[in-house]
Amino acid sequence: MKLFKKTRRLNRTLGGDILLFLVLAIFGFFSAYPLIMTASNAFKPLDELFLFPPRLFPRNLTLDNFRDLSELIGNSWVPFSRYFFNTILITALGTVGHVLIASMAAFPLAKYKFPGRGLFFTLVVYSLMFAPQVTATPNYIIISGIGLIDTPGAIILPAIASSLGLYLMKQFMTQIPDELIESAKIDGASEYRIFFQIVMPLVKPAWLTLIILLFQRLWTTDGGSFIFSEQMKPLSYALQQIAQGTIERAGTIAAVSFIMMIVPVTFFILSQSRVVETFSHSGMK
Amino acid sequence: MDQIKVGAPPLTKRQLMWKKIKKSRDYYILMAPYAILFFTFTIIPVIMSLGISFSYFNLLEPPRFIGLDNYIKLFLEDDVFIIALKNTLILAVVTGPISYLLAFVFAWLINELRPRLRSILTLIFYAPSISGNAFLMWLLIFSGDVHGYANAFLIKYGIIDSPILWLKDPDYIMLVIIIVQLWLSLGVSFLAFIAGLQNVDRNLYEAGAIDGIRNRWQELWYITLPSMKPQLMFGAVMQITTSLAIAQVSMQLVGFPSVQYAGHTIVTHLIDYGTIRFDLGYASAIATVLFIIMMTTNLIVRQILRKVGD
Repeated sequence: MKLFKKTRRLNRTLGGDILLFLVLAIFGFFSAYPLIMTASNAFKPLDELFLFPPRLFPRNLTLDNFRDLSELIGNSWVPFSRYFFNTILITALGTVGHVLIASMAAFPLAKYKFPGRGLFFTLVVYSLMFAPQVTATPNYIIISGIGLIDTPGAIILPAIASSLGLYLMKQFMTQIPDELIESAKIDGASEYRIFFQIVMPLVKPAWLTLIILLFQRLWTTDGGSFIFSEQMKPLSYALQQIAQGTIERAGTIAAVSFIMMIVPVTFFILSQSRVVETFSHSGMK
Repeated sequence: MDQIKVGAPPLTKRQLMWKKIKKSRDYYILMAPYAILFFTFTIIPVIMSLGISFSYFNLLEPPRFIGLDNYIKLFLEDDVFIIALKNTLILAVVTGPISYLLAFVFAWLINELRPRLRSILTLIFYAPSISGNAFLMWLLIFSGDVHGYANAFLIKYGIIDSPILWLKDPDYIMLVIIIVQLWLSLGVSFLAFIAGLQNVDRNLYEAGAIDGIRNRWQELWYITLPSMKPQLMFGAVMQITTSLAIAQVSMQLVGFPSVQYAGHTIVTHLIDYGTIRFDLGYASAIATVLFIIMMTTNLIVRQILRKVGD
């Protein structure tokens, strides 16, 4: 079996290759083990769950854990579909809004020179250097000031302004050839037409990246202190409530985690090569 | 074309600027929605946070100016904050560099493989960071009874006699957080490194071989690293910011508050005062300290990385 690339076999030794494989195998196992166990525990009956050594693959596949989960959910007074709807709404509006609004801003930043451009982009780069938790308190005050507390907007609007997305999109757009834009301009296209008809279709790989980065943030949001009424709470909150409790609920926790994990991971599997392509332009000076 | 009328006075600097701004109208319109949101939820909050940190504010009464009291209390009277500060720095110093190195080493190693195998390993290493709360699996691995996988394993092979309370014993809490945080840490910087490595000009390697580069280590140091400096810079910013903001893993695995505050960090302290005690002035002081730590670390590390390969 050929595992290595055909090209670039310069300066390589067999010993080095074996070492490389060992390292990758050990750490790959370490990385994958909890995820595989999460998936496999979700389908294990209770007696297999506490077996040692734990089985990587369950012998008797069962959907008991998911049934327990739906029973627990059935006991809550807010219908489960409501939580699900809330999460879908937040995730869909947030990601679509982010891709559209961040791309609109990224286009002039990447392709034109105008007063204020340098300063604005510097602020964006600096904002990558601190975590969003820093601004949590004033954000709460601002959001309650606008009257968005307890609405999906409280989660969606700050997410749309995520600076990592704008940064990656701008870097990616820089590589669009200027001639393409110039020739469209000669044909009489407006900036808006150039943006929607020429630039946006060219940066599809970056869309996927922005979507996946925001998707995992919104998909797993529990609403925090921004959303307090039960019928506005997202899925992740409901699932966390169910997962409260310790080892006795291990099966249910695994079922919950499996549901939360499988969606973003599947999305990444489908879009991997495009996402990696976007990051080749992520470099910082 | 803008034509200057004969006899008209030449444009002043301000008029020229105004002209440029007017010409760029479309650009500002395109940027407006993002800029408004960005200022509302990122820039203004940073300034507000600094302002509120000099006040007593509980959201019910108007803020009352109290000068440096919050900061004095933070550093001189709040023992829990000092523990949080210490834990945060330990976590950052350990997980920051290690995760950065791991992200690079794995990206470098898998870059040697064929595309299919490379995608599979990329998925394996990246998946933990996007798997939502799958890290709760570690609750089962580090469970304190004999059923916890770690305990069962160690007992079976006679390394320990009785189960260790991984999540409750202050001696082990930090270790658990570090392990889980490292597991989660191959995120965007890992992807940036993979992409950076794929873009290194192949010809450079052949040229290097002719110039006398004899093994993969020399190749790494003299060709690969200098070629991907921008990605290294970006990755550093991402890892530093993440490693100083550890909170979620601590709160969900070892509890909030953790036993003897052994897993308490600046961010969990911030959450405590901001969303539980509603002492927003004090929470803002904590946030401001964290902001300063993050910015300083990032700017210093950036200066250091700039020098790589020069």
